[in-house]
Amino acid sequence: MAELTKELSQVKGDKPAVSGKDVRVHPNPEPQGKSPLDVPTGTPTVIVDDLHIVYRVYGAASDAEKGNAVNALTRVLRRQGRPQMKEVHAVKGVTFVAYHGDAIGIVGRNGSGKSTLLRAIAGLLPPHKGAVYTDGQPSLLGVNAALMRELTGERNIVLGCYAMGMTPAEVKEKYQEIVDFSGIDEFVQLPMSTYSSGMGARLRFAISSAKTHDVLLIDEALATGDRDFRKKSEERIRQIRESAGTVFLVAHDLRVIEQTCNRVIWLHKGKIKMDGDPKEVISAYNKG
Amino acid sequence: MSQPESAVADAQAGGRSGQEPLAKLAKRYGLRRAIARPRFPVYLRMLWQRRHFILTYATSRNVTKYSSSTLGQLWQVLTPLLNAAIYFVMFGVILGGGKDIENYPAFLLTGMFIFTYTQRTVTAGAKSISGNLSMIRALHFPRASLPLAYTIQELQQLAISMGVLLVLVVLTGEMPTWYWLMIPVVLLLQTLFNIGAGLVVARVGAQMRDLNQLLPFITRTWLYASGVFFSIQAKVVGAAELPQWVADVMYLNPAASYIEWMREILIPTYNTSHGHHPPTMVLVSCVFWAVFALGFGFWYFWRSEERYGRG
Repeated sequence: MAELTKELSQVKGDKPAVSGKDVRVHPNPEPQGKSPLDVPTGTPTVIVDDLHIVYRVYGAASDAEKGNAVNALTRVLRRQGRPQMKEVHAVKGVTFVAYHGDAIGIVGRNGSGKSTLLRAIAGLLPPHKGAVYTDGQPSLLGVNAALMRELTGERNIVLGCYAMGMTPAEVKEKYQEIVDFSGIDEFVQLPMSTYSSGMGARLRFAISSAKTHDVLLIDEALATGDRDFRKKSEERIRQIRESAGTVFLVAHDLRVIEQTCNRVIWLHKGKIKMDGDPKEVISAYNKG
Repeated sequence: MSQPESAVADAQAGGRSGQEPLAKLAKRYGLRRAIARPRFPVYLRMLWQRRHFILTYATSRNVTKYSSSTLGQLWQVLTPLLNAAIYFVMFGVILGGGKDIENYPAFLLTGMFIFTYTQRTVTAGAKSISGNLSMIRALHFPRASLPLAYTIQELQQLAISMGVLLVLVVLTGEMPTWYWLMIPVVLLLQTLFNIGAGLVVARVGAQMRDLNQLLPFITRTWLYASGVFFSIQAKVVGAAELPQWVADVMYLNPAASYIEWMREILIPTYNTSHGHHPPTMVLVSCVFWAVFALGFGFWYFWRSEERYGRG
């Protein structure tokens, strides 16, 4: 245990135990009955039932294997896999139920399976065992992957909106809203490669949150950006919750989680270590 | 080390004993499992709804492709030209391959440009899934959008290189004829074949990472087998004295078929016995490959839809 505490304090060392901010939370930390928290509507939106996720990872090929077409051919003909292929058991039996209006923060050390869990909820990773049941299509706030650095902000907005499945009419309608929300003004005409990291993050968040989602999964999107923008994005998450959605938030900044979430799940080595009221979970997490 | 704590949490989560199982709870509220492959017709409709994304993605990739090089988009024209120049010197001048062929430059250029279209589509298609894993793991869309976008990107490039080809063919002394109106038909059939081929290699490339290492080897063999810089009939039957059926089989390979048809259209003196019409066999081959590759490609790619992006 001492070892673990040390590791944890190394990762989260400088974070204050309790930020002292006002947390809008229902004070019912005991996971009793059907709902673990006193939630607004009580209808489940996401049910995760004993979920296991196993990743396949390809190790780096050795020099002898690389770039030789004949070697590759023989390997294919013999139907051999790469010997370096490893399986990583990232999520090991996670179970919980999320409800309408929930904003659930997920905390845990690097490699504890947070992002994997989000991807599984989004239906982007097939479960090895167990199941994820969802109401509608949860979407990951991750349009970044579709954007291209060499393109102007303007083109990226259009590309990102299409990538999320919008129609041309919707793109036209949302375009100005995205520009305004991101606050990048005339930079929208310049390639994204010229943006500062904060500006890029703002534009990405603006694009990906422009679509209305029933269940929104956010992975480390709020870490960057100045205070004004952070306020704006927290406001937007609140809006999503109010329109009866569910939000999952992975962040290393515990203050963000405390301010936006009404429930926190602490993942440790692919398992749930704690699940409940943000203040309690976060203070326990800080203690390690 | 973490076992005791985890056990506590497990007990909390599993403290639902006595209640209904989660699967039943999910059913009661109409929640569905996140991963499911849509039926084939539904899948095609979903793809059609994504057409704006596919087009925009293809165009964006084309815009950014050469953005780091000084000559920029010029490379789209320069690359096939340089290739044709090398093969002309190699096979036309040094090895004397062009002696028996009238207007060898036009013969070679047509073969080179048509083959390059298919070759580039297949090479790009093989990377369309394996090179976009981060996107596949973050966004929901029918995965066939990616190989389709890559094919459309190559089609957009073809529009430019086709213009260059026609100018060059005219420069070698061929005059435009009414038969040139058939050019879009050949290119359409070839594009349909390319889409299908792109979908097939996309799935294979996603599941078998070695394909990317293997592809240069395959496409080079294909290049030699398609008679890009020699006449299959003259070399295989005439010079090597192999039976006629060997040449026939070689003409039936899709790349050779599209090249043959295009040569018949562009070079009137190419095969005077046919006069602008390729042999029926080649014609049938062109149509067959287009229809077969397209149908099989979509079906084959769709079969694995929910598995892309894993591992």
